[in-house]
Amino acid sequence: MKDGQRIIGLHLGLLLLLFALQFVLPAYHHGNLARIMVLASYAIGYNILFGYTGLLSLGHALFFAAGMYGLSLTIEHAGFTAAPALLAGVVTGIAVSAGLAFLALRTTGVAFMIVTLMFAQAGYLTILYFSDYTGGDEGFVIQAAQRMLWGVDLSDPTNRYVAALILFAICLLASLALVRAPFGRTLVAIRENEDRVTMLGYNTFAHKLAAMVISGTISAAAGATYGLLFGYAGASFASVQYSIFPLLWVLLGGAGTVLGPFIGTLFMFYLIDLSSGLTTAYMLVAGVTLVLLTLYAPQGLIGELRHRVWRWLP
Amino acid sequence: MTLLSTRGLSKHFDGLQAVSKVDFDLPEGEVRALIGPNGAGKTTLVGMICGRLAPSSGTVSFKGQDITHLPAHKRVCLGIAYTFQITSVFPRLTTRENVALAARRHLPKAEVDNAVETALERVGLQDRMGEDAGNLSYGHQRLLETAMGFVQKPDILILDEPTQGLADSEIDGFKTLIKELRQTTTILLIEHNMSVVMELADRVTVLNFGECLAEGTPQDIRENPKVQAAYLGTG
Repeated sequence: MKDGQRIIGLHLGLLLLLFALQFVLPAYHHGNLARIMVLASYAIGYNILFGYTGLLSLGHALFFAAGMYGLSLTIEHAGFTAAPALLAGVVTGIAVSAGLAFLALRTTGVAFMIVTLMFAQAGYLTILYFSDYTGGDEGFVIQAAQRMLWGVDLSDPTNRYVAALILFAICLLASLALVRAPFGRTLVAIRENEDRVTMLGYNTFAHKLAAMVISGTISAAAGATYGLLFGYAGASFASVQYSIFPLLWVLLGGAGTVLGPFIGTLFMFYLIDLSSGLTTAYMLVAGVTLVLLTLYAPQGLIGELRHRVWRWLP
Repeated sequence: MTLLSTRGLSKHFDGLQAVSKVDFDLPEGEVRALIGPNGAGKTTLVGMICGRLAPSSGTVSFKGQDITHLPAHKRVCLGIAYTFQITSVFPRLTTRENVALAARRHLPKAEVDNAVETALERVGLQDRMGEDAGNLSYGHQRLLETAMGFVQKPDILILDEPTQGLADSEIDGFKTLIKELRQTTTILLIEHNMSVVMELADRVTVLNFGECLAEGTPQDIRENPKVQAAYLGTG
């Protein structure tokens, strides 16, 4: 079997498995998996910038929150229905990521991390400042009646699962197509040696700008969907914690692998879920596991799998 | 026809005058060697020609167009290919992908695969296509770097010390390659290996302390007392 067929088979297989799981999973895990798929979509967005382009952002919560508030504020204050509100969330994500990209891409390395972090903090504080509209720290609930998308009630667990799967499938397949296309391969080359890419005739600034907008837009789509599916928008989603999460998920799953973000999110979610059932010191368990993984699987779970077994993994 | 020329091109780094008022003309079809002792400003000069460094003063023109303020990637697209002095391949990408990255920017999609394979055959790396470039020997990485230059089908190919670290047999192969490439491409060669310079170059430009010391055929340069003094440190 050719590599291309294997790759497509593997990814479609995962999507089919996720579709089938909804019929057998108990309600608790069914709900978890819906949440994991949305968060994994966020991680997929993050991975395009960090894993493939080599730009470490500490401000992706800004994009997630841009999507979430683009959706929830237009529902709450402008009376939008779900579909145009979802679109508003995505458009907000495009605008915010393009704006930040223009400013932050003038820097590299540590300066880039700090600039993205600072802008995200500014966004977080803005949400708190306008708490009359945003609900500030407490956030606000999006009512079930406002979460009807084309006649489908997204507060229903089954519909929610399918909607999360659709988002995840779009993000996963888009990321797969992107990294296999010449554009994606140029991004990888920029990650490896930007100076050389310039001297091959590529405009690396334009490539990084596009990568950041794609990454921010996917993150915003995940944020908007999260708000719509789980009926809540709050400032905590714009906090620095939500910028660190996708970094952790991607590192654990394997930066620069298509499946890594999902595996990392799944692993981390259940690591905390299971260890908190055993002990109140669950963060200690999580911490030790992370240290062990960093020591023995520095390329992340899928990264190691690619390194050791399946060289053809994208 | 003059393909590339510089007028009064200078570069200083704080107090250090690395290149000083260099007027340089390179006619189409020529193989020109640029030589000079270490620190003479050769890499700085070509850095300004291909846009990696902004000149402190002076102009660069290519095919009659002033390109002094054009960013590097646009100059590359106009037909200036540059290969790095310090090997600068993509170590974690395959040999094939290294060359394909160079080819994709300059050739129609349908021609890329063919061009990549031909380029790798010409430098003798056709059996290493699937290997990560980082696993190649240093000499092979130099050859890969050269392949990434000429696969772009540039009007001018700038090679910065391409034979550094190559074995004698590999240098012979390199000379043959340049003799083939010169049919279609103007070549500017920074080179320390005098046998390569003497055998390949039509003309030689000598830089010393950032200034153009002499220019002429390899024979003229060999016999020039100023050049001998600069290299031997007498005078």
